[in-house]
Amino acid sequence: MAQNNTEKKSSSLWHSIKQNKACYAMLAPFMIFFIVFTVVPVVMSLPMGFTDFNMAQPPKYVGLSNYTTLFLSDKIFIRSIRVTLVFALFTGPISYILCFLLAWLINELHPKLKTVFTLIFYAPSMANVYTVWQLIFSGDMNGYLNSFLINLGLINAPVQWLTDGRYVLGVTIVVQLWISLGAGFLALRAGFQNIDRTMYEAGAIEGIRTRWQELIYIVIPSMGPQLMFAAVMQIVSSFTAGTVAQNLVGFPSTDYKAHTIMTHAYDYGWVRYEMGYASAICMILFVVMYALNRLISKLLSKYMD
Amino acid sequence: MSQINTAKLKASNRQAGRKIGGTVAIFIFLTVLGLFMAMPIYLTVIMSIKPVEELFIFPPKLYAVRPTLDNFRDMFEVLHQNRVPFSRYVFNSIFVTLTVTLCQCVFASMAAFVLAKCKFPGSRLLNHIIVIALLYQSNVIYIMQYMVMAKLRMIDTYAALILPSIASPMGLFLMRQSISQVPDSMIEAAKVDGAGYFRICWQIVMPNQKPALMTLIIFAFQAAWNIQTGALVFQEQYKTLPTVVTQAASSGMARAGIAMAAAVFMLIPPIIVFMIAQKQVIETMAHSGIKE
Repeated sequence: MAQNNTEKKSSSLWHSIKQNKACYAMLAPFMIFFIVFTVVPVVMSLPMGFTDFNMAQPPKYVGLSNYTTLFLSDKIFIRSIRVTLVFALFTGPISYILCFLLAWLINELHPKLKTVFTLIFYAPSMANVYTVWQLIFSGDMNGYLNSFLINLGLINAPVQWLTDGRYVLGVTIVVQLWISLGAGFLALRAGFQNIDRTMYEAGAIEGIRTRWQELIYIVIPSMGPQLMFAAVMQIVSSFTAGTVAQNLVGFPSTDYKAHTIMTHAYDYGWVRYEMGYASAICMILFVVMYALNRLISKLLSKYMD
Repeated sequence: MSQINTAKLKASNRQAGRKIGGTVAIFIFLTVLGLFMAMPIYLTVIMSIKPVEELFIFPPKLYAVRPTLDNFRDMFEVLHQNRVPFSRYVFNSIFVTLTVTLCQCVFASMAAFVLAKCKFPGSRLLNHIIVIALLYQSNVIYIMQYMVMAKLRMIDTYAALILPSIASPMGLFLMRQSISQVPDSMIEAAKVDGAGYFRICWQIVMPNQKPALMTLIIFAFQAAWNIQTGALVFQEQYKTLPTVVTQAASSGMARAGIAMAAAVFMLIPPIIVFMIAQKQVIETMAHSGIKE
């Protein structure tokens, strides 16, 4: 009887697969490349956290020892958790709100101005301008910020923005915020453009009088998918940030003050060639980001289909 | 046609309770913030046209006293010293960028339509996997990816530059989110009329997805344009512009001005694409009839 049931089940599964063969055919071109260049490498890298792997010899299974070392004796890792949390707490929510707020405000303007402002706010994430930030925050009097502050009389001597342990994290956060109006921002802009005009008209008839009411009763409820996209992008960029700090305040930064988890993984992976250990670090980060993603998708679920 | 468009756009600005004062306030706020945001890029451009002797005067000036194209000239001189003619790098970059952008948009759109609108065995799982792929960042992936490419004998060919970038989980996720807003009734109606999924996707859904598709084009172009050849390619004839421009900026006459010139030079094509695509986004008017 039970066997009969499973047979039935598998045959109906086969039937519905056959019925949907058009779907699979349309997925195929993407999925072939996705599986070969993303899924396979990811699956191959998952078990690496449980190994000792230096890239020269084949990986050796070491159980949980990477993880126990990380939490019990790697003081710099513990510090990097704190740095990452502070960093993510400042850059994540602020730039998420900025993305939405700016996308909305731009939407209120004349179409010609929309393109100009969208470009101005998006351009930083297109450009590779660490060199100019280094000149702005440069520690001698030639640095733009120092010379500006000296001219105003706010400081007497140049401040070592990029090497003074008190400032490195702040400077990194500012630059990260500057480049953070990226994918999420553009996706939200596109979302605003795609809201049905008749919704506004209907809203006006039903007594919506101000921009704010329109935002809350019409815009936000119809932007759920874009809000979710922007949230995922923001989680990724704020938690995996590391390149900004490495390019700006050096590697390692003074007193590890701007040493994020991702920088720590970079240190073990590409400097010390301890790929197993680096893998374990990345795994911990992934678990945190995944949990956060679930939380946000719960919060936004009422705006989704 | 353009007249109709502007008329439509004007109408769109007359929405519920718009006070002119509010719009002016928004404009001023965005301008102030915009100036702040544009400052580093403005400085990059200025530095790229400053002569060497102006780079280190105190106090640093916010403009070039005697603007010059020396930095650009020097950069191109270094680039021309390579064994391979400069036009080859330009061709490589354009070829790689266009192929990646085109494939990414076509493949991601189709897959996104299926994932957003069709229920079939495995659809929930696939939707989940896309988000996981976005969130899972590990420096070990690149090694594994390299091993896969080596197994497929792709190293030192165009394939190594193009194929790994074609399936972008981010592009798929973007399109999926946007297509999920298309009402099911529209797709049902098309089905009743006898259209297959392929036709529904390209003739009914995608024409209404201009904003998302144009945004995807911006992302795809930008990412593909900046593909660094790194360890994927050793032969000079397959190298792309970002690789050689970075080399030129840091080799020989390494100085800030040349790095700035390189940054400005590399930024021009993505900005052009951005302007064209963004204009399309803004011209889109979601009209009644496509939605319930």
